[in-house]
Amino acid sequence: MSSIKIRTKRLDGNTQIRTLITHPMENGRHKNNQGELIPAHFIQELWVEHNKNKIVNCNMAGSISKNPYFDFLLKGGEVGDTITISWIDNLAKTDSKEHTIK
Amino acid sequence: MLKSRRKFIKNLLSFTAYSLTLGSDLVHATIANSSWIKQSFSLSVYDETIAHLFNGAELIDNHNKIKFERLPHIAENGAVVPIKIISHFKKITKIFILVENNPHPLSAEFNLSATVAAEVSARLRMAKTSNVIVIVEADGKYYRKTKKVKVAIGGCGG
Repeated sequence: MSSIKIRTKRLDGNTQIRTLITHPMENGRHKNNQGELIPAHFIQELWVEHNKNKIVNCNMAGSISKNPYFDFLLKGGEVGDTITISWIDNLAKTDSKEHTIK
Repeated sequence: MLKSRRKFIKNLLSFTAYSLTLGSDLVHATIANSSWIKQSFSLSVYDETIAHLFNGAELIDNHNKIKFERLPHIAENGAVVPIKIISHFKKITKIFILVENNPHPLSAEFNLSATVAAEVSARLRMAKTSNVIVIVEADGKYYRKTKKVKVAIGGCGG
């Protein structure tokens, strides 16, 4: 199952894009039950594409919450347009998901 | 005397070699994730981060065209602090979110294209009570807005 959930909603001619990503976002400062530090593992970069054109590029650090949530407002946007959201983390893992506006 | 000098030089050499390897690691990381700016995200002092990001450019404070929504006065849990930024400037290109007292103040940087309205939400982690600072870049100028958030339980470990 993809780690990315995308929901879109048409609002007065604009499109609200909401996304929830399943990711631990460890900043390297937390400790496990044995008192050892959990190594840093967080998303570094996230980007949103609308019909293959990049509209948002977000750089972030471990100070974003676990399972990060973002929302953006796209000007315009038609039914049937595609929204693609992708991320890459500091261990070079990556995921991507495509969504069609309904 | 001679012996201690030899030791000193030896230490110096090994230290130089160590910093060289450290340096090459940094180079490697920047190539792997080219647009992620490791340096600005790893700075640990707020003023240094600001100086590094904006290079001494003027920051216009408390402009009423930047609005915060959802950001609470008192956050019970520092691990999840919601924030929504709404701004009515034209030609917004970037939005920065910083938390002043976090171990690394810079939290996120959004690069927005012209087809996106400046309405962005995210959820932050806060180590302790701190100012949350949002800086918007619009038409080459920087606008800053600050709000203090009290945190009951920190979310950055320790």
